[in-house]
Amino acid sequence: MPDISVVLPSILQPLAGGQSVLTAPAEGPVKVGSLLDSVTGNYPVLARRLRDETGALRRYVNIYVDGDEVRRLQGLETEVAPGQEVLVIQSVAGG
Amino acid sequence: MGCMATGENFVLAIGTKKGLWLATSQDRQQWSFSGPHFLMSEIPSIGIDTRDGRTRIMVGVRSEHWGSTVAHSDDLGATWTEPEQGAITFPADTGAAVERIWQIYPDAESRPGVVWAGAEPISVWKSTDGGEHFELNRGLWDHPHRSEWGAGYGGAAAHSIVVNRAGDNVHIAMSTGGVYRSLDGGTSWQPRNKGISVRFMPDPYPEFGQCVHKIAADAVVEGRLYAQNHHGVYRTDDNGENWNSIAEGLPADFGFVMLTHPRREGTAWVVPLKADGERIPPEGHLAVHRTDDAGATWKRLDSGLPGREYNSVLRDAASVDSAEPAGVYFGTRGGTVYASADEGESFTEVASHLPDVLCVRAAVISGVALQVPERAAAGGA
Repeated sequence: MPDISVVLPSILQPLAGGQSVLTAPAEGPVKVGSLLDSVTGNYPVLARRLRDETGALRRYVNIYVDGDEVRRLQGLETEVAPGQEVLVIQSVAGG
Repeated sequence: MGCMATGENFVLAIGTKKGLWLATSQDRQQWSFSGPHFLMSEIPSIGIDTRDGRTRIMVGVRSEHWGSTVAHSDDLGATWTEPEQGAITFPADTGAAVERIWQIYPDAESRPGVVWAGAEPISVWKSTDGGEHFELNRGLWDHPHRSEWGAGYGGAAAHSIVVNRAGDNVHIAMSTGGVYRSLDGGTSWQPRNKGISVRFMPDPYPEFGQCVHKIAADAVVEGRLYAQNHHGVYRTDDNGENWNSIAEGLPADFGFVMLTHPRREGTAWVVPLKADGERIPPEGHLAVHRTDDAGATWKRLDSGLPGREYNSVLRDAASVDSAEPAGVYFGTRGGTVYASADEGESFTEVASHLPDVLCVRAAVISGVALQVPERAAAGGA
């Protein structure tokens, strides 16, 4: 069964037990929100870094599916197919 | 490393826009620094809990990227713990998310597990397990005035919490909304702003809506509190029923800081800023002002402070310790921190060139063994 991979930036990897890639088994397309639920289920602190307690993606957290940022797609409803890779990248922002 | 020291020691915690610095001292003159902790996260709130024999440092941590959380350390910052499920998170039914933790307030010695917190959006929280998990105060969250509370420049937050010795009487201050009081330990809340002006509104004396910047309780007199308002410095002697101006004698009535003495009646400190539209120390001359008679007169204190300083001092960027004489500490938005071991009579610069100082807290940590570096230099941060 092909997996869906979620690639974490180095700054978040300590919150996932040092892993740079989290994987979720998938038999068909899954939504990004469900994918995040799945891969962060054992890492609640990591989950809170990506989304606030309402479930909203944090403003300066960007999630890319095949090179497209999900806000330009269907947000957390964006579907990801088995075998695809999802990138978590922080915005270049601040001063 | 040098000797191990025991006895009366001091810890100074400096929360900035880009991280936390911790310092320890035996004499409040020479400080040994560690940091930055939480580099690139702002630290808008710090609580140092020395009750029940512990030394727990709790910090509100906020990253533009990764949100707000609360962490604590029981070993002076050597290690930090963040509760897995989060110490402060809004219940799902509220539909809200924590933006920033503005205040962490350890309750009285007689209630050693209780810690209060104030947050943005405007909310008050209470922990009964030493600050590891907080419950949302529903009485304030569901308050009928909520839709009329506004945001100050820094956000809409409950930023001051004062609890009396018995624990039944709680005052909070919010920007903007003003002072609210609970007489039942926080179950229900009523505005208590009579006499506090809102010069920027058409009605200068509304029931609520004031932008009270900070409140603090008198060390001795029950029911006496002091307030630094958005223009105006006030005192109440009747538990918030009436507020009266004590601004006469100050060079300006604007500012953010209000500190009170840990033991002595009638002693409070403010750091005046020129005006709403000119948020700098008056004429660029930074000074702390202290009253020892509950605001009847003020004494200007600037020994050891620079001749020119154009940075302001934010509402929680100042603290007192509980030693005798009390120490007074504050930091500027220019990243300089000053400390006084004699109640403000003379200051020394203990750190400089830090990021904007958002929060300063200091405490006596009696009996804690400290590693004292051989070269413990002032300004080591």
